[in-house]
Amino acid sequence: MKVPFSWLKEYVDIDCTADELVAKLFSCGFEVEEVIKFGEKIDRIVSCKIVKIERHPNADKLSVCQVDAGEYGNLQIITAATNVFEGAIVPVALDGSTLYSGDKIKKGNLRGLPSFGMFCSGEELGITDDWYEGASVHGILIIKEDVELGKDIKEILQLNDVMFDINVTANRPDCQSILGIAREVAALLNKPLKNPDFSYSTDKTISTVNSVKIINNDFDLCQRYKGHLVKDIKIEPSPLWLKRRLFLMGLRSINNIVDITNYVLLEIGQPMHAFDVKDLSDSTIIVRRANGGEKITTLDDKEFILNESNLVICDAVKPVAIAGVMGGLNSEIKSDTKTVLFESAKFSRDNVRKTARTLGQRTDASARYEKGVDYLSVENGMNRALHLIDELKCGTIACDEYDLIDAPIKEKVIETTFTKVNGVLGIDVPRDTIINILERLNFKVDACEDNLKVVVPLYREDMDSYPDIVEEVIREYGYDNIVPTLLKTSSITSGGRNDAQQTTENLKNLLVGYGYSEMITYSFVAEKEFDLFGLDKSAKIRLKNPISEDLAVMRTSLFPSAVRTAANNLKRKNERGRLFELAKTYENKNISSIGLPTETDHLAFIAFGENEDFFTVKGVVEGVLETFCREQEVKYVRSTERFMHPTRSADIYLCGEKIGFVGQVNSEILSAYDVEKPIYGGEINYGLLTKFFNGKIIAKPVSKFPTVERDLAVIVDENCLYEEVINCIKFSGGKYLERVMLFDVYQGGQIESGKKSMAFNLVFVSLERTLSVEEVDGAIKKILKNLKEKLNAELR
Amino acid sequence: MEKFEELKQKAKEEAEKISSLKTMGDIKAKFIGKNGEITALLRGMKDIPADLRAAFGKRVNDLKEEVSAFFAKKEEELKAAENALKLKKEAVDITLPGKIPQVGGLHPLNIVKNKIIDAFTGMGFEIFEGPEIDTDYYCFQALNIPKDHPARDMQDTFYISDNVLLRPHTSPGQVRTMENKKPPIKILSPGRVYRADDDASHSPMFHQIEGLVVDKGVSLCDLKGLLDEFVRIIFDKDTKTRFRPSYFPFTEPSVEVDVTCCKCGGKGCNLCKGTGWIEILGAGVVNKKVLEMSGIDSNVYSGLAFGLGIERITMIKYGISDIRTLFENNVSFLQQFNRR
Repeated sequence: MKVPFSWLKEYVDIDCTADELVAKLFSCGFEVEEVIKFGEKIDRIVSCKIVKIERHPNADKLSVCQVDAGEYGNLQIITAATNVFEGAIVPVALDGSTLYSGDKIKKGNLRGLPSFGMFCSGEELGITDDWYEGASVHGILIIKEDVELGKDIKEILQLNDVMFDINVTANRPDCQSILGIAREVAALLNKPLKNPDFSYSTDKTISTVNSVKIINNDFDLCQRYKGHLVKDIKIEPSPLWLKRRLFLMGLRSINNIVDITNYVLLEIGQPMHAFDVKDLSDSTIIVRRANGGEKITTLDDKEFILNESNLVICDAVKPVAIAGVMGGLNSEIKSDTKTVLFESAKFSRDNVRKTARTLGQRTDASARYEKGVDYLSVENGMNRALHLIDELKCGTIACDEYDLIDAPIKEKVIETTFTKVNGVLGIDVPRDTIINILERLNFKVDACEDNLKVVVPLYREDMDSYPDIVEEVIREYGYDNIVPTLLKTSSITSGGRNDAQQTTENLKNLLVGYGYSEMITYSFVAEKEFDLFGLDKSAKIRLKNPISEDLAVMRTSLFPSAVRTAANNLKRKNERGRLFELAKTYENKNISSIGLPTETDHLAFIAFGENEDFFTVKGVVEGVLETFCREQEVKYVRSTERFMHPTRSADIYLCGEKIGFVGQVNSEILSAYDVEKPIYGGEINYGLLTKFFNGKIIAKPVSKFPTVERDLAVIVDENCLYEEVINCIKFSGGKYLERVMLFDVYQGGQIESGKKSMAFNLVFVSLERTLSVEEVDGAIKKILKNLKEKLNAELR
Repeated sequence: MEKFEELKQKAKEEAEKISSLKTMGDIKAKFIGKNGEITALLRGMKDIPADLRAAFGKRVNDLKEEVSAFFAKKEEELKAAENALKLKKEAVDITLPGKIPQVGGLHPLNIVKNKIIDAFTGMGFEIFEGPEIDTDYYCFQALNIPKDHPARDMQDTFYISDNVLLRPHTSPGQVRTMENKKPPIKILSPGRVYRADDDASHSPMFHQIEGLVVDKGVSLCDLKGLLDEFVRIIFDKDTKTRFRPSYFPFTEPSVEVDVTCCKCGGKGCNLCKGTGWIEILGAGVVNKKVLEMSGIDSNVYSGLAFGLGIERITMIKYGISDIRTLFENNVSFLQQFNRR
């Protein structure tokens, strides 16, 4: 909301500086985002009188002017302008001056003659005809008044105004106007508000009600509709003061009637519309929902096809305005308009918002209605517009009006207690201070002992209950008065992460210890990534309004994001890296049970660089399972995931359930990212994994008796899996076999081709006694026998 | 007798000449070995008159001990020299770089998130993580933001269907907690949130933490106290907070909370745009309507809520100027945060 300081001062006697006001507004909830100083850059431009004009001896199009610039002396200025004349008073930019645009002016030499500055046009001073008559002409600005020479042009043209750009929060639509801000400023400075003049004179012989018919069919979308007739309209240019106000706010002056409606929107915050009555069929206005397919051409010459959710203002046969958005071309104000019907209405903000959005037609009026207009501003807006008609003497005002309203207007009453108000604050604001603050804000206060009864002004539709009162009190009293306390009346709670949350942190820390850095990637991916990885699309969730096709589908797997991240790192010449992410995947399953998609935590990890291979990433899985799911049955089988290397990847089964995969990424996938180096990684369904968590520790005693170690090298078929051998050894090793560790796999040399040697270190121990050599030999013998029978293994 | 002195002298000279432990044995044997010269003296004992034998024997043994001592001394010297040589050969340049075990690190956003969580769990808060895909009711209506409310303009929400959406804030966590838990409630609800925005200071996915206290008689002073404590833990002990009025549909009164600029300490710099203050979070007293919609008696209990963006805090804390850096996951960038 832009508010000129000068305009604000019309309603409140402001005795502080602009900067002080900014600080005060800030502390009570109105942040001034920018202080715009109009004409701030203009410097060293003064009035001067042209004494003599001669033709430039060396240039046909230039004139040499001698000027009197008062205290700046007599100067020679060379100009190409043709509208200057001897005796004219004009602005001159002196040597070292600055124009409105910020451009600097220095003395110069034009075709052999010196020029000690430059005459200025209106544009160079940032103004148009709306600010000063003649400012829009092509040429130099001629000052009509008899002013002192050498005087600062900013003073002559009143270019010293300060404009506040105030951020008004969504709960305060009443402050979307100069008057609204003025009310706040008056309360803040504890000064009376000088309301604008709402009075006007009428002609008893003219009646709105007898001239036009107004019907409101849809009070749910239009809670108040006022119509007032004005005859003998004289369409004229607006007076300078009005033009200047509009100019400051960035609006162009059109004519008096249009300017009045725009002015009322800025000043009162009420959108107004004026219909040319002669264009209204049957002199009738009907407020109703549009019929489907009904058409209207708006003032800006755009045609819209309407539907039943759009509220329209119609005459007896056709729409003449889209309610709250824009008037129709068919009833616009023209230069020969004689009788107008002024409209001031309260339309429902939701409906205006919807209509403006679906039609793609957003206007100053619709922007205002979307924020919300109140019952009072409908009245103030109409009265102010009629006052201006009267003041500008550009029409004869009817003595009555239509005021169609959904229900009698009732002021809201909030009843609370001073104790309650101070209870929320936690401090004791004195009773008189509370009353004073509320009264300054135009609340009617009825205080009786502790009881506080407050009547809310009509324009404060945001006020509902006592917390609203609390907010009003503290924002005026000052938040700096709040004293910090640490939940002094509250119960003690233990707090902290629960077990599951703590385990998740432990898992992350384990991975960090393994050299993995945590990544965070977007939850949404491109649909084409599903295709590249061959992921199941049946449960995918698509956004209705993605910001781009690359971020359009919620991911069902973290792995594509991890591979993409690794590829990007390789492209950025990070030769090695280990990354993990613990995040959610989203699937549209079980939607019936809780009505929302399924969100499942997954863990993805990715590694690249010369030291990485299948085993470094498999080691991560083993480490995680060993830490969190010890003593659960784990199985690795060749992976069925199409995006993984067919012979260097495994699916991970925990207690018979697939929980993920691990290994090398299929090079075909990597070539889609222009990556040639191998990338390794995996993904685990963390939600599923947590079912198998086995964090309970029961300490086992460590044997006091000596261990017996044996090394065993066996020759097996080269296709024989480690898993088969180790399982066979563990199965047949007996109860004293404490642990088995593979320490060598060897092929070639003395080993027959097609075979390989595997060497294991076996440790035997008993908790009760020292094992005898015979016992251990017996166990070894049994192991060898079973290896021979099951795997045709020979002792090397 | 001269022979004794001669032998002793000879042994001493030869022992001193030995240059390596390898030759020591042979030379030592020449004197005190089985066939050594001193051993030979003992063998000549039978020619000594019986009454002098004892004295002779003692003298030979003394000589043997003296000579042994010469060799023992030399042996020690040689060993020390050899050991010194060995250590010299093993010498390393101790200024060469060591082999650091590779460790990873948490993402800076989660480092900050954990710091925030630790600050509040210490004050009795629990953690609750709600769904990221939620209904219009939990994301808006239950937070006093009805359909077509202008406050919905504050968030550009991603929709999945008319009624299901990606949560634009962590505030639904408040509602879900209040529906399922009786006061006293002290929870933090961290997580991913989504808004249709993408530039240097906005990311379509980002992280928030929502805090909620519901109990008897909690006030704005308690909110101030909690947040003062929090900013001292997150930034430093001299950080101060400032409340200023604001508007959120789910709190009333609502405040924006600024902290003294951590870069200039409040003097004014480019980070705080010369004001000395940085906006870090929104907070307030939970709107009565929100309490009631979630089934909490607003006549008995009152609530405090605050919500903050983890990205914003992280960027301020670590001097990161472009939010997108946080989601590129460049290893070189991430490794900077391995310091503890």
